[in-house]
Amino acid sequence: MLVELTDIRKKYDKEVLKVDKLLFQKGLIYGIIGPSGAGKSTLLRIINLLTPFNSGTYQFMGRPLPSNGQERLKLQRKMALVFQKTLLFKDSVWNNVAYGLKARGFSRSEITQRVGELLEQVGLQELAFRRADTLSGGEAQRIAIARAVAFEPHLLLLDEPTANLDPGNIELIEKMIRQLNRTKSITVVMVTHNVFQAHRIAQEVIFIHEGRIVESGPTEQIFEEPLDPRTKAFVEGRMIY
Amino acid sequence: MSRLLEGFVEAFQLIIALDPALLQIVFLSLRVSILAIIISTLLGVPLGTLLGLKPERKTRFVNKIIFTFMGMPPVVAGLVIYLFLSRQGPLGVLGLLYTPTAMIIAQVFLSFPIVTGLTMVGIRAKGSEVEEIARSLGAGSALAAWTVVRELRIAILGAIITGFSRVVAEVGAVMIVGGNIAGHTRVMTTAIVLETRRGNFELAIGLGIVLLMLSFIVNSVLYNIQRGGE
Amino acid sequence: MKKNFSKNGKNVITLVLLVGILLFTVGGCAPEPAVEPTPEPEEAPKLAENDVEEAGEPEEAVEPIDDFITLATTTSTYDSGLLDFLNPIFTEETGLEVRVVSQGTGAALETGSRGDADVLLVHDRASELRLVEEGAFVDRYDVMYNDFIIVGPEDDPAGVMDVDSVVDAFNLIADEGFTLVSRGDDSGTHRMEMRLWESAGISPEGQDWYRSIGQGMGNTLNMANELLGYSMTDRGTYVSMKEKLDLLIVLEGDPVLFNQYGVMAINPDEHPHVKYDYALMYVEFLMSDGGQELINSYQVNGETLFFPGYGLE
Repeated sequence: MLVELTDIRKKYDKEVLKVDKLLFQKGLIYGIIGPSGAGKSTLLRIINLLTPFNSGTYQFMGRPLPSNGQERLKLQRKMALVFQKTLLFKDSVWNNVAYGLKARGFSRSEITQRVGELLEQVGLQELAFRRADTLSGGEAQRIAIARAVAFEPHLLLLDEPTANLDPGNIELIEKMIRQLNRTKSITVVMVTHNVFQAHRIAQEVIFIHEGRIVESGPTEQIFEEPLDPRTKAFVEGRMIY
Repeated sequence: MSRLLEGFVEAFQLIIALDPALLQIVFLSLRVSILAIIISTLLGVPLGTLLGLKPERKTRFVNKIIFTFMGMPPVVAGLVIYLFLSRQGPLGVLGLLYTPTAMIIAQVFLSFPIVTGLTMVGIRAKGSEVEEIARSLGAGSALAAWTVVRELRIAILGAIITGFSRVVAEVGAVMIVGGNIAGHTRVMTTAIVLETRRGNFELAIGLGIVLLMLSFIVNSVLYNIQRGGE
Repeated sequence: MKKNFSKNGKNVITLVLLVGILLFTVGGCAPEPAVEPTPEPEEAPKLAENDVEEAGEPEEAVEPIDDFITLATTTSTYDSGLLDFLNPIFTEETGLEVRVVSQGTGAALETGSRGDADVLLVHDRASELRLVEEGAFVDRYDVMYNDFIIVGPEDDPAGVMDVDSVVDAFNLIADEGFTLVSRGDDSGTHRMEMRLWESAGISPEGQDWYRSIGQGMGNTLNMANELLGYSMTDRGTYVSMKEKLDLLIVLEGDPVLFNQYGVMAINPDEHPHVKYDYALMYVEFLMSDGGQELINSYQVNGETLFFPGYGLE
């Protein structure tokens, strides 16, 4: 098991997340769906160790969360999170993609090789020397994803990666996600409010409502035979929120 | 009117002739103000970054103190430093009063809150977002903070420029702690005060123009760096 | 990759430029200024050449001292150019640099009392003698004097030119409420003015014709000039600024207007760090025959500003 969450609770003023059990298996694409405000982004941030949780246990590859800061950083470096709001560094595309590798202390030649290969693989090599702030929204989001996978994390967390993009760009990004999952065997957890996108791309779907996991399972099952009436309402687009 | 013109001509003649006394004043002005702003930057940018990355509710009290000190009257700052450095003050044994070092201390005292405060404001706008992205990409605390500073360098340079403008134009504090000693602690602004006191208004204005030109050059350099960062 | 570097290259160049300027200014200025004080950017007051040579006759050869003393003095001695004339001669004779901090007499006395200077040249005899009594200063001498004058607008609306005493003049000005601009800065000049008001039986503070501005003599004269008002000033500052002013001397020569300057060292028993020996050299320089002659020889616009010795007979 790649990630295992047990009895995770997160409170701000009131409880925003209560996860009794959640498992992510290596190599799959997960879709987390649910209305806005359901706690999807908080869940991603907790997995990425950006937001601390109040109680519960967190295991990564069978090992508990280390208390030592250096060890936590090592663990954090095994995953990457792409935020809903794209923010590239004010630098060249190349340097953006190289950032995670530099942070991990890769040698210059290795960085050059890896960044070059990745950009070619995902068909973005012609953007390599553009300044990041000159890119279009779709280009920027693809670079943000490339930046997150350049260091080949075990786990790629995506928060609404195609929000505000046009259908052409959505297709390109979905293709890119599938490709990265397949060729680099990166496990993907993607938050989306778009049920069709989850249907298209995910192998497993988790439905969250009001901070709790209502239902999870293989995509076909969630969409064809949901057990909970709220899941059914949401995937059929009937949930009012 | 002709007197005014004469004054300008006189001032420009001094500049063009690279009058050694004037040059010395100019260099001392630059040396004091630039060193002061470098020290303020080295202290204020990290502190401002640290504060700017904390949630505002946790730094409210510190904010108020910094913003208050940003408006500190230079003369008061000068007097405080004077009382510390005076022979009867706690740091009197150092014998720093009426030295360029004392002037630098006073100017750091004036510019440090500005650099810190404006850096904090600039970082607060977008810093946490950048920090999170850096961390999500595997940056440790130091690299994440550095990335924040790099990303928000325009706002930070703005803070530094504002601090520099304050100290290079400041006269009250350097007059008190420096003493306007010819050839030793006389800078552009105190020279202007002296010439005004002596009734040499035209020369004073000429010196003022030189000061503005210097500010223009330094700001142009900083502005170019800022533009390069866009 | 190349394109990328050239973009960064531009930043690097500007940065290098900035650092260069910085090092230049820092490095270029880092060493202490040469012992010889730098001349003022403006023209030094004219002085007959032979006067200097005659007065500054070479003393016995002494090993030059590579050090400095701090002289706290009043704006009048400095702004009139007297010290720019005297101090280089002292430096040449001794090697000692004189760092001049010019303030109001009140501030100069305070600076001296706190031990922030080595030697004082001020003009408030009563306070000086009291502070010597209290042990703050030692080796005080009446080094020179000048006189105060009352200046006013050309048409002299108060008719001060018709009287000979300051008391009468002040009464004329106060009676009709003509503008008078006062230093108001607790300087020696200001203190003297206040004593004269007292003897005239007038308390001018708070009257709307009385402008107490808290600034130096030059600024005070400039303001009196602009406001077409009267002012009491030392002769030196007035003479050195005469060309730029429309003000005329409306009263001079009243014995109460003599202004005695004293030179003194800071008491080394009070402040062990002061350079008492060097301070004493400066005092001796001013009090020597040569020094007294130099003071007498200093002229601005053809007029002697300071007279050596004790002026209040």
